[in-house]
Amino acid sequence: MLEIKNLHASVDDKEILRGIDLTVNAGEVHAIMGPNGSGKSTLAHVLAGREGYTITDGQVLYEGNDLLALPPEERAREGVFLAFQYPVEIPGVSNMYFLRAALNTIRKHRGLDEIDAMDFLKMVREKIKLLEMDETLMNRPVNEGFSGGEKKRNEMFQMAVLEPKLAILDETDSGLDIDALRTVSEGINRLRGPERAIILVTHYQRLLNYVVPDFVHVLADGRIVRSGGKELAHELEEKGYAWLEESGEPAASGSVR
Amino acid sequence: MATKPETIESMVNQEYKWGFITDIEADTVPAGLSEDVIELISTKKGEPRFMLEWRLNAYRHWLDLEQSSAEPTWANIHYPAIDYQSIVYYSAPKSDKDRPKSLDEIDPELLRTYEKLGIPLRERELLSGVAVDAVFDSVSVATTFREKLGELGIIFCSFSEAVREHPDLVRKYLGSVVPYTDNFFAALNAAVFTDGSFVYIPKGVRCPMELSTYFRINAKNTGQFERTLIIADEGSYVSYLEGCTAPMRDENQLHAAVVELIAHDNATIKYSTVQNWYPGDKEGKGGIYNFVTKRGKCLGKNSKISWTQVETGSAITWKYPSCILQGDNSVGEFYSVALTNNYQQADTGTKMIHIGKNTRSTIISKGISAGRGQNTYRGMVKILKGAEGARNYSQCDSLLLGDKCGAHTFPYLEVKNSTAQVEHEATTSKIGEDQIFYFRQRGLSAEDAVSMIVNGFCKQVFRELPMEFAVEAQKLLGVSLEGSVG
Repeated sequence: MLEIKNLHASVDDKEILRGIDLTVNAGEVHAIMGPNGSGKSTLAHVLAGREGYTITDGQVLYEGNDLLALPPEERAREGVFLAFQYPVEIPGVSNMYFLRAALNTIRKHRGLDEIDAMDFLKMVREKIKLLEMDETLMNRPVNEGFSGGEKKRNEMFQMAVLEPKLAILDETDSGLDIDALRTVSEGINRLRGPERAIILVTHYQRLLNYVVPDFVHVLADGRIVRSGGKELAHELEEKGYAWLEESGEPAASGSVR
Repeated sequence: MATKPETIESMVNQEYKWGFITDIEADTVPAGLSEDVIELISTKKGEPRFMLEWRLNAYRHWLDLEQSSAEPTWANIHYPAIDYQSIVYYSAPKSDKDRPKSLDEIDPELLRTYEKLGIPLRERELLSGVAVDAVFDSVSVATTFREKLGELGIIFCSFSEAVREHPDLVRKYLGSVVPYTDNFFAALNAAVFTDGSFVYIPKGVRCPMELSTYFRINAKNTGQFERTLIIADEGSYVSYLEGCTAPMRDENQLHAAVVELIAHDNATIKYSTVQNWYPGDKEGKGGIYNFVTKRGKCLGKNSKISWTQVETGSAITWKYPSCILQGDNSVGEFYSVALTNNYQQADTGTKMIHIGKNTRSTIISKGISAGRGQNTYRGMVKILKGAEGARNYSQCDSLLLGDKCGAHTFPYLEVKNSTAQVEHEATTSKIGEDQIFYFRQRGLSAEDAVSMIVNGFCKQVFRELPMEFAVEAQKLLGVSLEGSVG
């Protein structure tokens, strides 16, 4: 589904990604871990098409096509979803209205009819219950005045409604208490399926206790320095990122916490 | 306009049948302003003596102002000096010979806008001034409409007609809210105005439909100095709509209109405007100067005047629809959306003058600046000594798109009664790149993003508009902001 080849990207002439190679197939869950400043969020943003990054080398194929050639909205319509680490507030636009507009744009792109207000409401009610979200949040402006946890749940809720093919979750676990982490994880697990791929970008191992990945990659200094199964995450948790340095891998920059 | 039912559409496309245009001989007076010109205008319109005298007094006052350079300069707008002697103050409607022959001769940019607004072809021709073969639907919807109003005693006609048919009403109320001494442009208007609308709602009558200039098709020729007078007698109600979402082509650069509203005891006047005059091109060339004086007087107790405006057009807008709250317990409202894009400038707001006891006013102003647009809110809340228990709530919000535009807020408060309560809130926000990216990541285009954010920003004002107008206004904002992102 996704093939990243020798991807180099920089911001203001500073190289952040220094040759990423990664293949993600449908049905797989990949966790990307790494210390602060290793380039995890940059990778997520580059895949979603955020401006401000220059691709200096390499390519990204999504379902065989050049992903980087598409503007962000086209990528989204093709099924790429980014759950933001810091979801932005949109005053004046209700959550419900926003999401229905998004869903209908995506449906239209897929050649489906627009969903009518009643069916949409029904669907929303179901999904919102599963995420244990407060229903009144739906009629509030997008993310405005939401707590950190509510924002993250809202991202998961949007993902559940939009049903992407490739979901990239940028530190969705950060700032969540243990109960929220559990419900959010259940939300992610419900979305797992043979047609869908998920990339979890995370700093900590604890999310991976709930959402068990098929593969774990460790990113350091803009490169993937180690790949393995779910055991790798446990190993990291135990030994810290410093362990990678000791074991002779390229040094991870930034402090280790 | 596009969303209006077909009947209205056909009405718009009809030839005007009630005469005041056709009884004017087709000729033009020379450019410039003098007492002779004013007498000529008055004679051509067959006006009674009192009108001519009023016009001449206004002219003399204006001349004093002009000679002492009293053209207002306090507004936050910039334009080259206007040569008032180069303006033609009276000209009969253009004959078909002088008009564009077909849409092929019209600015393609303008046509594209019509397309976007979904305006039917026939109306596009009408709006852009193409000589239209005026043989349409023979059933006169307009006549039916007029008869229905007539049964209720409602007068809704052109100003010229009112001067001839209802001189007592005109004489009693003309200038009673905006005297010709009020300001430079009001004086000019009083001297030379050529036409406009007149409405009288009798005691206890609730006008059963929204009165709109659409119904008075001759309104398209009222030209640059328009005058409107609306009187709501005791216990009556009227909702009046002015303007059109479609940008109208107009040869006159200076527009100086005057609107006066009078509400007697327990009467309500709701006045809604959508203004989309030609704003000039992307480089700021051309465009209308819209210098308007609009004011309502809540003369009676428990009366109410509510202004709602959506201002997206004109190169320069200078406009402060205001309320004089004279009757006890009277209510004034001002809901405004003003949008400036490219090189447009707007200096707009309101004045709420509290005179009576327990008078209340609400001001909701939403300014949107894009491109190099400059948007100024200027408002005054004045609570006089006798205005026991007066209350005002003002909210002024500004939204910026990009970093070359400007938003300015000048609220003036003058409170002379200690029992009054005055509240003022103001915010300024900017549509950020991260917000737009959020929309795009969910599959929506940048333009959808801006339009959704802007419409959300204006919601409080839009919900005051009559339904059809509100839908059009939303579409209009989207079109007006095109090209301001990405």
